[in-house]
Amino acid sequence: MSAARTNAREGGRWLGVYVLAYLVFLYLPVALIPLFSFNNSIQAAFPLQGFTLQWYGTLFGNSALSGALANSLVIGVIAATGATLCGITVSYMDLYGRSPLAATISAIARLPILIPGVIVGISLLILVNLIGFGPSRIAIVLGHILVALPTTVVIMRSRFAAIPKTIREAALDLGASDWTTFRRVMLPLSLPAIGSAFMLAFLTSFDEFIVAFFLAGTEPTLPLYIWSQLRFPKSLPTVMALGTAILAVSFVIAAFAEILRHRGLGAQRTAPADLPKPQQTERGELQWHST
Amino acid sequence: MSTFVATEPPRTSPGFRLAMLLPGGLVTFFLILFALGLVLFLAFRGNDGSLLGAGFTLANFAMVASDPLYWTVTLRSLAIAGLVTLATVVTAYPVAYYLAFHAGRRRGLLLFLVTLPFWTSYLLRVFAWKIVLAYNGVLNSALIESGIWSEPTLAFLNTPAAVIVTLAHAYAPFAILPIYVALDTIPKSLLEAASDLGARPFTSFRRVVLPNSMPGVLAAALVVFVPTVGDYVTPALVGGPASTMIGTLIQAEFGKANDWPFGAALSVAVMLVILCVVLVVRFADRRFGSRT
Repeated sequence: MSAARTNAREGGRWLGVYVLAYLVFLYLPVALIPLFSFNNSIQAAFPLQGFTLQWYGTLFGNSALSGALANSLVIGVIAATGATLCGITVSYMDLYGRSPLAATISAIARLPILIPGVIVGISLLILVNLIGFGPSRIAIVLGHILVALPTTVVIMRSRFAAIPKTIREAALDLGASDWTTFRRVMLPLSLPAIGSAFMLAFLTSFDEFIVAFFLAGTEPTLPLYIWSQLRFPKSLPTVMALGTAILAVSFVIAAFAEILRHRGLGAQRTAPADLPKPQQTERGELQWHST
Repeated sequence: MSTFVATEPPRTSPGFRLAMLLPGGLVTFFLILFALGLVLFLAFRGNDGSLLGAGFTLANFAMVASDPLYWTVTLRSLAIAGLVTLATVVTAYPVAYYLAFHAGRRRGLLLFLVTLPFWTSYLLRVFAWKIVLAYNGVLNSALIESGIWSEPTLAFLNTPAAVIVTLAHAYAPFAILPIYVALDTIPKSLLEAASDLGARPFTSFRRVVLPNSMPGVLAAALVVFVPTVGDYVTPALVGGPASTMIGTLIQAEFGKANDWPFGAALSVAVMLVILCVVLVVRFADRRFGSRT
């Protein structure tokens, strides 16, 4: 018995080494982008030629780049707002709407996972041409709402499902209307998850290339700008400096979203019973008590 | 899942329902179903340069089915996506296993680290491999610097192998989470029972853990397979002409070649292939006893 346990621990240690190697594989290629963005050479090759910040200097005063950045930010915020709104309503109605229509919408909303990006892109390209406004920033916003929708639905659905059912029932029993229950009880309780869903939807849009490629008119997003620069070997260092900045922003936003989501899950874990003890509750529950 | 709605009083106001169903309803029915319907419609039309084509025809599908080029490219896409799926799932499984059974207090941090690349730019992850594999790139220069090779080689970039490695790396974070969830939800009593009944660790893994984690493995395979089979970015950046994939052809039909009906027919063919894969996965999932 104890021999078996030692065996298991030994196995666990080897697995730990494997996981470490896996993480190196996961991060090493991406880590090369920041590494060579500080390298004083136009080529990404060893040996390193010395430290420089000149490639970051080329990022400033570039009107094409700043235009693409502005496009990406605007599209990202609008698409994330739309995807989060849809994620909230779709998952709420899926859980509490008690209608086959709501369940169908929720199922279809998660469908884009099973459609390759190229097909999402061309189907929307046909659609926006049919409507009339054609490839444009609005078209990209629509595409990015679709791409981010499965994420927001999954996050919001798991959050709503984790709220003890008695809280909503109590609100309804005390005479609150559907709308009041939703706005004053369920939404405040799921605020961290909403923030997390919004940020991850924004990141999805901000980094998205495959769908935006088909839907962009004359105003490219940041990934499309990078794509256009990849043809020129001379702009390789600039792309690496830009890529480093994008990676840094993505890491910070993703980490923040993860912390928020964790806070939501933490609230869920400390409230497994239908009547949580006040000292165990986190901010979400306290807000609920005060309203 | 649906049991906890059974007791509540049936009083939802129509206005609230409408307002809550509208955003999701618009997006799902208009942007997803209607747009996909347009692709299907266009696939049966002839190309006359107008947006929705002219006349009804099966010529597009006849062309897809009869021209060996499309068979070659489709089979290549399936082979590449299949290998990428196999590689990501097999390499992700031990990581998910460690997370579920051995990680202890480091679990939260490790989960965060393996999912973080998921939220970074896909284009940048592919671009990273371009600078690794290029002729005067990172790998060649590192091999020469360390004295292993004396000449840089062209053998890395512009090969199907480069596409497989790059895609396997780009989609690696997709596979871990579904497998981890499946492993984590296996009741611990099953493992205790196996060990009490005298199963050695490996037998217990093979007969209890592996079959019970199959729903997660299948879900992981699906979320890796679908985006890779339609990918056109990776072949364009690191693949070269020998690794043209079906996504590349679709992109070309809606771009340079400008034959949208034919591109739509190719898209329908891809969706049919994915549908077959989904059906096979569902069938397998049921055999392993789905817990989802």
